[in-house]
Amino acid sequence: MARMTMREAISQALWEEMERDPKVFIMGEEVGVWGGTYAVTRGFYDHFGPDRVRDTPISEAAIVGAAIGAALVGLRPVAEIMTINFAFVAMDHIVNQAAKLHYMFGGQMVLPLVIRTVGGGGRQLGATHSQTPDAIFAHFPGLKVVAPGTPADAKGLLKAAIRCDDPVLFIEHATLYQLRGEVPEGDYTVPIGQSKVQREGRDVTVVTYSKMLDTSLKAAEELAREGIEIEVVDLRTLRPLDMGPVLESVKKTNRAVVVEEGWKSYGVGAEVASRIYEEAFDYLDAPVKRVAQVEVPLPYNRTLEQMALPQVKDVVQAVKEVL
Amino acid sequence: MEKQEYLDLYYQMVVIRRLEERAAELYQQGKIGGFLHLYIGQEAVSTGIISVRRPEDRVITAYRDHGVAINCGISAKEVMAELLGKATGCSKGKGGSMHLADVSKNFWGGHAIVGAHLPIAAGLALGDVYQNQKAVTICMFGDGATNIGFFHEALNLSKVWNLPVLWVCENNKYGMGTAVERASAVPEIALKAEGYKMKYAQVDGMDLMKVREVAAQMIEEIRSGSGPQFLEVFTYRFRGHSMGDPERYRTPDEVRKWQQDDPIGIYHNFLLQQGIATEEELQRVIREAEEEVEEAVRFAEASPEPAPEDLYKHVYVSETC
Repeated sequence: MARMTMREAISQALWEEMERDPKVFIMGEEVGVWGGTYAVTRGFYDHFGPDRVRDTPISEAAIVGAAIGAALVGLRPVAEIMTINFAFVAMDHIVNQAAKLHYMFGGQMVLPLVIRTVGGGGRQLGATHSQTPDAIFAHFPGLKVVAPGTPADAKGLLKAAIRCDDPVLFIEHATLYQLRGEVPEGDYTVPIGQSKVQREGRDVTVVTYSKMLDTSLKAAEELAREGIEIEVVDLRTLRPLDMGPVLESVKKTNRAVVVEEGWKSYGVGAEVASRIYEEAFDYLDAPVKRVAQVEVPLPYNRTLEQMALPQVKDVVQAVKEVL
Repeated sequence: MEKQEYLDLYYQMVVIRRLEERAAELYQQGKIGGFLHLYIGQEAVSTGIISVRRPEDRVITAYRDHGVAINCGISAKEVMAELLGKATGCSKGKGGSMHLADVSKNFWGGHAIVGAHLPIAAGLALGDVYQNQKAVTICMFGDGATNIGFFHEALNLSKVWNLPVLWVCENNKYGMGTAVERASAVPEIALKAEGYKMKYAQVDGMDLMKVREVAAQMIEEIRSGSGPQFLEVFTYRFRGHSMGDPERYRTPDEVRKWQQDDPIGIYHNFLLQQGIATEEELQRVIREAEEEVEEAVRFAEASPEPAPEDLYKHVYVSETC
């Protein structure tokens, strides 16, 4: 084990995979000479060269489209979309091409493609640069959607994504790059499509992922001081969604709160809550509670922005409401 | 070119024509669903271009793809079976008319979102460059696709990265029902290539031999490292955009005028005038092509539907990875 930041863990995963497999290459805006907008690929350009660390024009449809083409002919591109907010201008290639070609052509096309991108609010970037639209992408069969909440999972899941023969949207969180944690050394993968209990507890099941894992774990500390033990289940992958550990936990605690950073309507919480109702209704002692972003475009003003984003106190309150 | 090769190109064009005429009938009978975009009138374009590609050269096109599929070597049986949604279709009945492909023949589809396959084509070529392959990607699209952002992003990227792509615009005068000059600020579409400092050419798409000649030269220049080039082909679809097109945007006179330049007729006369084939020989080729199409219809109709469990197959290569 080594202690490192999320940024270092992601960078290490990319580096190791590029060293391991010459078919892996990176393409995106400012991934090369600049070293990555979030400094994830710093040093890559000098080490791997311009053919494997390809700076692109600001041209998201071309980035994802070209990555799809390269993947079809046997490469393993890691295409970077600087932020998930820019993924909307490449939407067709993500949800209408990458997610469908394997199925639509009867299995003959294979796309070992990773789209790395960065989501989340909290950095005063205003309404167009602060979104958490993960659920939109998780809506589409054919795409895998991964959003890690710890450095260890980030490294293991990214390595798994690069080795996966399906298109994977890998969503990092803009405010988690400095988060530190223990990361296993050497070749280490975490299977896509497996939820994980990140903290055990008997009283309430809290289902969450990405940045909200950190928020939920902080809420768990606070609640523990009051004698309330929550069990925190980290989805890690939004599609395919692994409800096993969630349902197992709910059957034990009989209460559930779902915490997500995106908007509540039609969101991850809506999906998880529905599945709990469908598959574990008889075990529930209280209605499932959702904690999510206030339904406004995120404002620039720091105070207003923080008001709109789910906070530790919101999780604490929701847990108390279901008890 | 050997005589047999000339006759083979004639055969391919007749197969495409006859296959689509039969498809139109089957569509009217309700045996083909969805959309059906016929290539009739444009056969010389793909037949000419694809006849000069090497096996390693990749082909990708839009949704008017039946002809391209045949030219790339997919059998009439597999095409017809796909149109009928059968398990024996080239896309196992999951793609339909707009999504024919056979990657083993280096044909990468049939793509139905206008212009979306152009960035993908750039990526196919990028893959070849990355792996030091001397292959050329041939990307075909309609005039309508040149007004969408994907077109410009793909052309730009291909030039910035010097990718080996032959961009082929099949200008059939209408994007669906909107004439080129009503949709494009630059109706001389080839000039759009100049915006990306790309070498371009224009050719009469009703004349197979002219298409072949120009395409062959461009493909070999690209193979030698010229970077991407752009070919505008003037052509015309004799049928509507899809089935059930009221054709309010053009006159019967205009269609009749173009039909006098039938690409199969032009090539037929060329073969006779050059003394390459006799009328009897060409009639025999036509009969063979018709037999192949009828056999394809019988095969497609007799083929099984996809199994119910196929519904769930191929969403992912692997659920767990």
